[in-house]
Amino acid sequence: MSILALKAIEHAYLGRSVLSGIDLRIDAGEIVALVGPSGCGKSTLAHVAAGLIAPKSGRLSRGYERHAMIFQDPSLMPWATASQNIALGLRLARVPRTMRGARVAEAAAQAELQPGDLDKYPVELSGGMRQRVAIARALAVQPDFIFFDEPFTALDVALRRRMQDLVIGTCSEAGLAGLFITHDLHEAARVAHRVAVLDTYGRGILGSRALPGAPAERSDSAVQDWVRAALAGDPLFRHIHDVDERRIA
Amino acid sequence: MSASLPGRAGRILEFLWSGWAGLAALFLLAALWQAGHEAYGPFILTSPQDTLAAVARLAGDPASWALAGLTLQRAITGFAVVAAAGTALGLIAGYSPATLRLARPLITVLMGVPPIAWIVLAMIWFGGSDATVRTVIVVSALPVVFLGAAQGIATRDRSLDRMAQAFGAGPVRRFLVIGLRQTTTTLFPALALALGTAFKVAVMAELLANAGGIGGALANARINLDIATALAWVVIAVGLLIAVEYALVHPVKAEIDRWRRAAQPWGVKR
Ligand SMILES: Nc1ncnc2c1ncn2[C@@H]1O[C@H](COP(=O)(O)OP(=O)(O)O)[C@@H](O)[C@H]1O
Ligand SMILES: [Mg+2]
Repeated sequence: MSILALKAIEHAYLGRSVLSGIDLRIDAGEIVALVGPSGCGKSTLAHVAAGLIAPKSGRLSRGYERHAMIFQDPSLMPWATASQNIALGLRLARVPRTMRGARVAEAAAQAELQPGDLDKYPVELSGGMRQRVAIARALAVQPDFIFFDEPFTALDVALRRRMQDLVIGTCSEAGLAGLFITHDLHEAARVAHRVAVLDTYGRGILGSRALPGAPAERSDSAVQDWVRAALAGDPLFRHIHDVDERRIA
Repeated sequence: MSASLPGRAGRILEFLWSGWAGLAALFLLAALWQAGHEAYGPFILTSPQDTLAAVARLAGDPASWALAGLTLQRAITGFAVVAAAGTALGLIAGYSPATLRLARPLITVLMGVPPIAWIVLAMIWFGGSDATVRTVIVVSALPVVFLGAAQGIATRDRSLDRMAQAFGAGPVRRFLVIGLRQTTTTLFPALALALGTAFKVAVMAELLANAGGIGGALANARINLDIATALAWVVIAVGLLIAVEYALVHPVKAEIDRWRRAAQPWGVKR
């Protein structure tokens, strides 16, 4: 049973077609990684799927209760402390004030934030800590679907690995489904059950490949072998590292 | 969120520290003033001491309290109109680029008209009344507030809007939770500037329109060539403005800028 289904989705910005013929289905408890070169329309696809922008045409059906979104930049309110930022989703969902404290503390613990960091403002936190706050903000609303839009691109390699582990852990624990956008095939192979490839010009999903086993149990060598084989022999992944500066937003 | 005790103590210390700096500057000014007095004599520049004596004399007279109260009331009500109208119009213009584009040239024209011309017009329309003073305040201070509000909305961080939308906030809640708070960075300095303008323009309009208040008292002092009283009224006007700034502007500013201070305690970058 699919929890998110896009059928023949089309979208254009100011008359310029960005997405066309997009078909994608995501099952309950499944993390699908969406890869493709920069500017091919991955963010647009996520925004359409999350209902932030209305598609020009096509059908969209969502079977989940509540989604959350984690962006490339943490998008924190600079004037609010970490805990106020984490509580934002709850505030917007009109969760009563008395219940927010416990939910914030729980989400912060899941994102491995120290209680001492919760009273700090974003300017006082490092890049990695800020992204943890953004993750906690997403987890606090107790979503059953999470959109990740290249959330770790700005972080260094070691930090990125720890964040990926955090995502893998929390998603498998709670059985969350999600769409994980990235242009890093290695990251896709670590966090997802399945990798889908978006066409360089946004003209459809070229195809998808299931990964062996669940992300939480997948070994590093299995990930590396899979990526090497995919890049060497699978025509689906031939163009994912193409870059066309003119199309980068 | 309750502020931690050391945080609050730090803010009080910082406040005292800035008060100390202000006091030092005031005494420097008094010294220069004294030097001027000694160089040019009491008919050109009364000594600071005599001026303070004149202030004390005025402070003992209920009639002068009424005069100062009149100016204060005019400045504050004029400012209130400016703040309400300027903020509302500016926010609308910020969300509607077409309106802003139309408003910009109008503002340029408005700001190009010398305040003295407005005083003449307002005197013709309203005579020497509250309305004259308020009109001049509104015309002189409105553009700043309008632009401050419009700028704040137009230059807001759109990624925050998108984020709030992703968490299910409609346009109204996005404005209340995200937009309004972001506007304060440009709106608040504009409001502080408008408050100062309101005071200065009020005194000037009163003087020229012969509308009583501190401006009227200054006009009388000029007629009597009473330099001590004139200076005393200037001191009182400045004192009123400073009192309002510390009672109104600084507490709000401290609250708004809390997060900025977090990165730069004591005004020094870590
Ligand atoms: N708000 C917008 N207005 C106009 N064009 C846009 C907008 N956002 C993105 N685009 C264009 O749409 C295309 C896809 O962008 P995006 O979805 O951000 O790609 P990706 O996330 O894959 O890098 C790009 O060519 C970009 O220039
Ligand atoms: Mg993108």
